[in-house]
Amino acid sequence: MTAARTATARALPPVLLLVVLLATWQTVVVVGQIPAFLLPSPSAIGSELVALWPTISSAILVTGGNSLLGLLLGALIGVVVAVVAGLLPSADRMLQPFVAGLAVVPIVALAPVLYTMYGAASEVARVIVAAIAAFVPVFVTTTRGLRQVRPVHRDLMRAYGATPRQATVTVTVPTALPFVFTGLRLASSLAVISAIVAEYFGGPRTGIGSFITTAAAGSNYARAWAFVVGGILVGLAFYGVTLAAEHLVRRRSGPRAG
Amino acid sequence: MTIQTAPQREEHPRGAVAVEVTGATRVFQGSAGTVTALDGVDLTVGAGEFVSLIGPSGCGKSTLLRLIADLDRPTAGTIEVFGRTAEQARLAHDYGIAFQQAGLLPWRTVRANIELPLAMHGTGRAARRERADHLIELVGLTEFADHYPDQLSGGMQQRVAIARAVAEEPSLLLMDEPFGALDEMTRERLQGELVRICAETRAAVVFVTHSIPEAVFLSDRVVVMSARPGQIREVVDIDLTRAARSDEGLREDAAYFAAVTRVREALHHGSPTPAQGVELR
Repeated sequence: MTAARTATARALPPVLLLVVLLATWQTVVVVGQIPAFLLPSPSAIGSELVALWPTISSAILVTGGNSLLGLLLGALIGVVVAVVAGLLPSADRMLQPFVAGLAVVPIVALAPVLYTMYGAASEVARVIVAAIAAFVPVFVTTTRGLRQVRPVHRDLMRAYGATPRQATVTVTVPTALPFVFTGLRLASSLAVISAIVAEYFGGPRTGIGSFITTAAAGSNYARAWAFVVGGILVGLAFYGVTLAAEHLVRRRSGPRAG
Repeated sequence: MTIQTAPQREEHPRGAVAVEVTGATRVFQGSAGTVTALDGVDLTVGAGEFVSLIGPSGCGKSTLLRLIADLDRPTAGTIEVFGRTAEQARLAHDYGIAFQQAGLLPWRTVRANIELPLAMHGTGRAARRERADHLIELVGLTEFADHYPDQLSGGMQQRVAIARAVAEEPSLLLMDEPFGALDEMTRERLQGELVRICAETRAAVVFVTHSIPEAVFLSDRVVVMSARPGQIREVVDIDLTRAARSDEGLREDAAYFAAVTRVREALHHGSPTPAQGVELR
């Protein structure tokens, strides 16, 4: 009861701000008679959103599916490669410049090449772009997390005569886990953005990004904005879920005082 | 000086000698050259005996403890624990250990932390729980059994660490300044508890400390070390019975003060300035 009231009290100010912003936007557009190609009004975007909801929702599912698959793939590879790098110092030295390079490469620029490789009717190119984007933060944070084991815990494991496997399960993984989930949260936004932007460069006309380009090309600005709102929904959902997962793990894990 | 035989030393199931250090030398190779942390140290700790290592910072007392625990290897010399090598003893779980940092796993409750060595060495769930409950009671944390370490004070965390160290009823307890980071009042209370726990478990103890009163209060013998290179300067026998030690009045006893003075003189013997890093209070 009180918890619910506190949550409401905390959520109220930002919601109010959103309402005020939308109202101001609407007023400026109507009173200033701003043309739709410059800035459509929130009410116009809203009515497009309602009218096109079947299309938007299916586009959300397609783009969300690509992002999710890419995120899982990229995260899995990121964790595995980080563990290998943690076990073999030589592999670590080999990988570090490679990953640094991967981090600065504009990954979505790969999309046109990948479309040619996998065919214009396939979603594979988008999944790959999302996976590469997700890989980098997960690899970086997991590598960090695996190095956080405290010396006193390492001594303890040795004193107990723990096998490498026991030490990993008892100390290394619980220490690294919050770092992995932080990487996952950062990766989730990147995966969604990359999946959407990859759609700008071609491929099947199924996802949010494809519909945004089509609507904008056809001067349907309010419609383009409605699909942007759909993209925002995908991004928020991914961020919210990974943030909740991170909190859950962090509550009872990871390096803390003591 | 009368030397009393330490009680419980006879008829110990593990034989007469817990730790036998012979000519232990440890040289560290650093970027700033070589440092001799220990130089030809000989030390024998009897079964059930409480021995403190005291000395200025850098005298190698922690290094000696780590060699006995097989957390580090000597450059020269041998170390035997209950008649086997330090490594065999470690792998046989012959000792329990506590450090200056409690080193609890923050994602485990108090009970789960105490059960950790038992769980890792294959004790069944029910037996584990029973043993942990007994130990939690022994260190007076019954109400906190399901708390997490970060919900406890430093002194309480250290009590959990001690309970964890004695969880497997080891015949040897290795303690590296376990009370070093605690305030004086908590420290004296935990010293009293340690005496009580040792009386119950009959373990031999090697105890590293900076504090002369702490060493005297707890020990059968105090090993006074000197730095650069780390060597044993003198071994002071403390003629206080364990029965007397379980009494807080001991801290105001004349024999206790006499022993404190003897250790202090041994520490300062031959050095023109007071040894650095030793608490003289």
